[in-house]
Amino acid sequence: METRHKILILDDDADWLALCRELLATLPSRPEILTANNAKRALALLETEKIRLLISDLKMPRIDGLQMISIVRRRFPELRTVVLSGLEDEEYRSRAYALGVDLFWLKTEMQSNLKLFNECLESLLGQSDREGDAGFRGIQSKSLMDIIQMECLSRSSTVLRITRGPLVARLWIQDGELIDAEAEGACGEAAFYRLLAWKAGTFENLPAEPDRERTIQKPVNALLLESAQSLDEMAHPSLEPESVESSLHRKTMWKLSQLTREGAEFVIAVPLAGQGEPDALGTQNFSAPARWAQRAAETARRLGDRLEAGPLLHVAGQNLERQVLMLVRGDRAFLVGWPAESAENLPEKSRKLVASWDS
Amino acid sequence: MGFLKKMFGGHAAVQQLPTGTITVDRQGRVVASTVSSAYPGNLLQGIGRDVLELFREARAAQMPLAEVSLHFGSLRITARELRGGAIIFLFPQTALLPTPTSARP
Repeated sequence: METRHKILILDDDADWLALCRELLATLPSRPEILTANNAKRALALLETEKIRLLISDLKMPRIDGLQMISIVRRRFPELRTVVLSGLEDEEYRSRAYALGVDLFWLKTEMQSNLKLFNECLESLLGQSDREGDAGFRGIQSKSLMDIIQMECLSRSSTVLRITRGPLVARLWIQDGELIDAEAEGACGEAAFYRLLAWKAGTFENLPAEPDRERTIQKPVNALLLESAQSLDEMAHPSLEPESVESSLHRKTMWKLSQLTREGAEFVIAVPLAGQGEPDALGTQNFSAPARWAQRAAETARRLGDRLEAGPLLHVAGQNLERQVLMLVRGDRAFLVGWPAESAENLPEKSRKLVASWDS
Repeated sequence: MGFLKKMFGGHAAVQQLPTGTITVDRQGRVVASTVSSAYPGNLLQGIGRDVLELFREARAAQMPLAEVSLHFGSLRITARELRGGAIIFLFPQTALLPTPTSARP
């Protein structure tokens, strides 16, 4: 007899629960859908019912989603967990994956990409049947090269979605061959090389897209080897002046293309501790704005400490001609200039630009 | 009895976040406020002083600003320049309330 898996949805919004119940009831494996509007009730259901998959919201009163996930990961280690949240902050995604959830999905993405979401759920529900409840979960401290090699050696077909702070990249692997990549606005081989320079991040497997057009023709091992060589050269630069100059030129060109693509006017990077010179792109007269960025970072940090207002996210300023956004990353403050008419999510765009600049 | 109270005081020292609007003159003095009177006046004054400093330094850097917003994890401070002084809006950002958003950063 065919097994009907049970899915438990936890969310404090009754309308959302009803909508999810309706949408998930259409899954091909016809799972049984249970709902709970608070963590206490969800835990009681997990104790009494044999539930295969928990879909939890994050922002809930009393016990929130992250607390709930850490409880169930301990008490029900075989339970598959999915976070379905409206919080678009990358920090929540990282924290959820650090707790061992199988999938993090945004509510807005679920509505616009229901087919893909359903395929992910089907894949999670079906895993125990294929593997007989055996196998390992979670990968720790493996480099991206290792992960790609593992996927290719096992002749997998999948889409690897890799996130590093605000940056998102995708690798399409079909029957163990890398067919396409997308990262930081680039695609194909250029994106793959760019991606391999990332030192840390999180990844998730999405269902394969066999119809994806192939843009990468080289075998993955050749690409990995070339990339390893170029990373090695960057880590131990040759002392030949021509080579240093061409490497610096390449870096500058890359940063300029990022700036143009995002529509920013300039980026100024200022060391916070006062050592080193400011670095800028897109503007010639940057010493005064750099000084302002440095002072603004200090003032804002002092003020935040005094008011116990939490970490500084950014400082934004505007006049009739321009908008500026100052944010701190590591030991540097970055000042990003935008035209006055730019209105779309500048903090997020600035964060991406700075993360990409800094990689 | 009462030993712990003597050591740690009667209540936990958790600083509440300010909410409301203040207006400061060009010297940084608070001239009008809708923030709860229970909120320490010296902290409000400090906010005004720091915000005016940001405006002043921006002018000195040939980058005069009409509005400045400081975004912290749990508080947003938005200030508009007002003839040398400023009007400052204080919005706590709690996890259980929707974050106020605006077209500008």
